[in-house]
Amino acid sequence: MRPFTYELPSGVSEAANLGRPDSAFIAGGTTIVDLMKLEVVKPSRVVDINALSMRGIEMSTDGLRIGALEKMSDTALHPEVVANYPVISEALLKSASAQIRNMASIGGNLLQRTRCGYFRDVNTPCNKREPGSGCPAIDGENRMHAILGTSSSCVATHPSDLAVALVALDASVRLQSASGERLVKLDDFYLVPDSTPHRENQLLPGELITEIRVPRLAWATRSTYLKIRDRESYEFSLASAAVALDVNGDQIQDARVAVGGVGTKPWNLPKVREALTGKPLAQETFAAAAKLAGDGAVPLKRNAFKVDLVQRTIIRALMTLGGLA
Amino acid sequence: MEPPADSRPDHKDGSSRREFIRRLAAISAGLTVAAPLGRAGTITEKRALNDEPPKTDGAGGLMEIALNVNGNTERLVVDPRVTLLDALRDRFDLTGTKKGCDRGACGACTVHLDGRRVLSCLTLAVMAQRKKITTIEGLATGDELHPVQAAFIECDGFQCGYCTPGQIMSAVACISEGHTGSDSEIREYMSGNLCRCGAYPNIVAAVKTAAAKMKGEVN
Repeated sequence: MRPFTYELPSGVSEAANLGRPDSAFIAGGTTIVDLMKLEVVKPSRVVDINALSMRGIEMSTDGLRIGALEKMSDTALHPEVVANYPVISEALLKSASAQIRNMASIGGNLLQRTRCGYFRDVNTPCNKREPGSGCPAIDGENRMHAILGTSSSCVATHPSDLAVALVALDASVRLQSASGERLVKLDDFYLVPDSTPHRENQLLPGELITEIRVPRLAWATRSTYLKIRDRESYEFSLASAAVALDVNGDQIQDARVAVGGVGTKPWNLPKVREALTGKPLAQETFAAAAKLAGDGAVPLKRNAFKVDLVQRTIIRALMTLGGLA
Repeated sequence: MEPPADSRPDHKDGSSRREFIRRLAAISAGLTVAAPLGRAGTITEKRALNDEPPKTDGAGGLMEIALNVNGNTERLVVDPRVTLLDALRDRFDLTGTKKGCDRGACGACTVHLDGRRVLSCLTLAVMAQRKKITTIEGLATGDELHPVQAAFIECDGFQCGYCTPGQIMSAVACISEGHTGSDSEIREYMSGNLCRCGAYPNIVAAVKTAAAKMKGEVN
């Protein structure tokens, strides 16, 4: 690990002022300490934001507010989250391990870096880590990589399960910097790689995620997160689906669908949602809608199985929610 | 039964294998070299040879911190890069907490911060201040083993033993969190602790046994 200066600011504006391009914010540390050891990130200043007041989980008529410093474990088990947005709770409980969930903050979870082995290995080229150096994953070990939102520069998947659930629920993040605050839809917050894979989101130097806002959605009580992976627990996804379903009798009134493990960012699927809306609650409806999830997919040599897998994941999640499984 | 090498106390003359390795590591990494403050004189003296503070390329500076480990608060000077794991092992001589992957993947370094299980390898020592740190050495009451420790012995919940301190710290938390309702729930909530020997069935049995014994007890 490279040497750094440690700072412990007491307020958001003080923290924002310390946040420069060569600085890193640290909350739980589960991503940043790992990447500093690997020398994938080499900040000369580490700014500990744990003294800031970005906490609290509250439900109001507008919906859910989660302070960015809340832990994954506390958020997953919060009664309002469990009752109103099971998809958030399940996505968190299927992430990481109990120890990591006790450490990692919600804001940090949304900012975790890809698990692409080339990104994590400083001895190999990586356009995300060193712009312009190349992407060995495109013709290399790419079984875990993305099929949606990829470019000729980068095919790395976004690793967060929580982000998939939040994108499905149309959540926003509140960002704060020395120059002010802004609220950004999480779906817009994340960027596809294009020719600039080192830019993963809209966050500017010194800007912090202070809270997450999830709009009220009464029927999100019927929602779930299905995660398919190589082992049953403590593993990143091959394909996952965050799904909510509004059902009246045997008709689908509305739906929300986003997928993970397959995209360069959490992948929202408004077309699948439209294909479900107003249709009968039946496996055929689910299968027809899920087909649209593969639109624009660019499979690589070792991950073509994900095109089928992501559709089956969506269908199974919908079957479970619809009581048909 | 001969205890594993790691459980033997260090030689008090400062010439142990661990001390030798520590000095080599300190020389090569320039990391774990600063002196603890206010520690027992013998230990400070033992380390006096390599207590020259490291130069930190101008970017980092040494920090004086206080850590509360197993009920004792001690002050020490650290480079901010030092993890809680390295501080526990190299500075407090509490080598029960194991360094497995050192990347947050194996759970061997699990300790409790304010009663919650965390990974000490991904925790910077400076960030563990003002918290109550509990390690495997802090579980037993005198000579009386913690019920989870006793259950691991009773159920043969290990083979080589390297992952065991982390498994036990995780199991204590798993039980206090209330995640022992079924074998599958235990497996899910213990999944952050890998055992390369594959002692999992016996670990699950140990967690079940300890949970049953501790039922009704105040944690």
